[in-house]
Amino acid sequence: MQVFIQTIVNGIVTGCLYALIALGYTMVYGVLKLLNFAHGDVYMVGAYIGYFAIQWFGGPTALSIPVPLLIVIMLVLAGTGCGFLGVAIERFAYRPLRDAPRIAPLITALGVSFLLENTVLLLFGGFQKNYNTSEFINLTGGGIHIGDIRIDPVELTIIGVSALMMIGLKLLVDRTTLGKSMRAVASDREAAEMLGIDVNRTIALTFFIGSFMAGVAGVMSGFEINFISSTIGFLAGLKAFTAAVVGGIGSVTGAMVGGLFIGLCEAFSLSYISTKYSDLIVFGILIIVMLVRPTGIFGKRALQKV
Amino acid sequence: MSTEQPPPPRKGQIGVDEWVAQSGERQEATGWRRGLGTLERRVGWWQRLAIVALLGLGFGLITNNVNILTVGFTSVLYAILSLGLNIAVGWAGLLDLGFIAFFGFGAYGYAIFSSTALGTGGMGGSHLAAFESIPIVLVAAGIVGLVIGLIALRLDGDYLAIVTLFVGQAFMEAVNNIDPGTLGGVNGLFGLDGLHGLGGEITTPRGYFFIALIFCAVLAGILHLLDTSRTGRAWRALRDDPLAARAMTMPVNKLKVMAFSFAAMVGALAGTLFAAEQSSVFPTNFTSNILILIYACLVLGGVGTIAGAITGGIAVTVVSAMLTSPKDSAYLFYGLILLTLIWKVRPWRHLAAVLGGTVVLGLVLNAVVGGISSSATAGSPGSVGWIGSAVSHWVIVPSDAATYGNILFIAMICMVIALVRLEGRKRLILAVPTIYIAACCWESRLVVNPAITTQIMLGAILIVTMAARPNGLLGARRVEVL
Repeated sequence: MQVFIQTIVNGIVTGCLYALIALGYTMVYGVLKLLNFAHGDVYMVGAYIGYFAIQWFGGPTALSIPVPLLIVIMLVLAGTGCGFLGVAIERFAYRPLRDAPRIAPLITALGVSFLLENTVLLLFGGFQKNYNTSEFINLTGGGIHIGDIRIDPVELTIIGVSALMMIGLKLLVDRTTLGKSMRAVASDREAAEMLGIDVNRTIALTFFIGSFMAGVAGVMSGFEINFISSTIGFLAGLKAFTAAVVGGIGSVTGAMVGGLFIGLCEAFSLSYISTKYSDLIVFGILIIVMLVRPTGIFGKRALQKV
Repeated sequence: MSTEQPPPPRKGQIGVDEWVAQSGERQEATGWRRGLGTLERRVGWWQRLAIVALLGLGFGLITNNVNILTVGFTSVLYAILSLGLNIAVGWAGLLDLGFIAFFGFGAYGYAIFSSTALGTGGMGGSHLAAFESIPIVLVAAGIVGLVIGLIALRLDGDYLAIVTLFVGQAFMEAVNNIDPGTLGGVNGLFGLDGLHGLGGEITTPRGYFFIALIFCAVLAGILHLLDTSRTGRAWRALRDDPLAARAMTMPVNKLKVMAFSFAAMVGALAGTLFAAEQSSVFPTNFTSNILILIYACLVLGGVGTIAGAITGGIAVTVVSAMLTSPKDSAYLFYGLILLTLIWKVRPWRHLAAVLGGTVVLGLVLNAVVGGISSSATAGSPGSVGWIGSAVSHWVIVPSDAATYGNILFIAMICMVIALVRLEGRKRLILAVPTIYIAACCWESRLVVNPAITTQIMLGAILIVTMAARPNGLLGARRVEVL
């Protein structure tokens, strides 16, 4: 029973991270109908920004500012940094191709992903960087202990921040003017443009928000996993992608649910089935879900108009 | 009464969209261009194929350098791979991101049949001859492609891309983890037999080059026949509008599965050649990086054409090979800059101004910075040969080149982006420092990291080609139906 509940906790923590990344995929897909393969690498850049923020404030052993302040600064820095990166990618790589055949932006996205990954490799080298979280956050003492089940402070932060951001995003999409214009652009870009919605601005803001969340997820996964390298973006992106698809790509709620679902699947296959095959299991689930319900749990089947 | 006879209609290919799209060009072209165009149309496809194959043959016969022959083999291999990918992506319009799995499937299939992998206790194993193992592997790959194609039937467009991406990833996971006893796990399989059978075995790089060339030429011929057949036309109809194709009673599902299956077989063929030449297979040979490389080949050459796929395969491989040598990469880098300038900058006096400005800027900056601090120009450029010595008093390479190069790299990206945005005179003026910074960055950082530089350039190739010429260098223009 204890293992079971601990597994659920772990699954929720990973799931929150996947959900944050998945939201970026799903929002971009919503407005542009584009699978942004570079999104996983934006997440990776976020993790690097966080790492350099720690070094900037004196390194993990000799921090010059209190830890909570550091975390907030890191999240904001990585979020805005990645946000602007996302906007730049959209502006210079995707916007010129907005009316091109569908396959062109997909291949561009592969190119952007490759470019980002190798630029980071060139600039910061192939060695893994270490967050050294345990040096400045008390992982064993702090947090919540119920019986033998424990949730350390980092995991609490992840769950708390993710929940806040998801609620915020949901409110933003459902209640604000920006959210309304996003939904309008998603349902029909040309009609939205005719109604006076600034489509370019809406798409840029969508990229900003999506990449912001990816950057935040990057920092938090750095705290949780400690080791980061230029290649972490690919697998994390792939799984978040799975989450977005399982939930129904284009649906914000779907991405959240899908993220948690994939996180739980992975945690359970890690602790009950096999550590080696956990990725295979996750991909297998995806393929089955896609076959049974190609549009995902919350996805709507698009009417094909001729 | 004498009426003027209308000119006889030129032999057209009605219904072939490339032909329709070029109608404007046919009317406008004059002088030598027109002659060239006529010549191009008169030479049949098999004559062209024969010319290219003979050129390859000649190259193989006169080259004695083993390294160059290996590069030749690799480029033909990538030509085959991008031909295979072209079936799914270029013709049928199915974005197949799991293509790499079939390449790996072929390689592993060949490896199992041609090594001790099937033996017990590390001994024995089946050492099938090439004319037995290759057909077995191809048929198996075709069946696997069929199954995945059947899965893919339920999905269209982007969802298909996702599922195939997972197929590729699942293949990597599988060969890494499942049954390390037979498949070798992360250590891979090695000590494979060369291609052998009928009493002979191919051992030399030249032999592999010729074998690959023969396979590639035959394949290109078959694919051409396929392209111009009913099936080929149906694939293009499917690519351009699946719904309309279905409405025209085309068997859409059958076509999709066929495209997948054929692509899988071609990929597996390349895999068998690859495994035989390398005489080993490792999971890292089939990562997503290689997939991107194949896509770069196809996209650069032109999606949807046989000539484009072959050209792209050769071009990308040769460029990657050149980048690994500091001498050749200098030719490549400066040559590319020069070519771009000649192509883009008109009239000639502007070109001369930009080139002269860049040279003067470099010489002046080098002298000034060197005068202020001698350590700032203490490093030597990464290029070797006469280019290296020619630029050593032009570029600024400090003794700590790495950090400096990183900063320049970021600056270069920003300036290139700015360059794209600007117009007219401003663009010309900005081009001067951009080229100079690019050269400094190249000499101090990029040229010493050929592996990373290759990858960065591949990424850039994908982005730039898609933005500038979405149909590739030799790509067929499509008629956009609105």
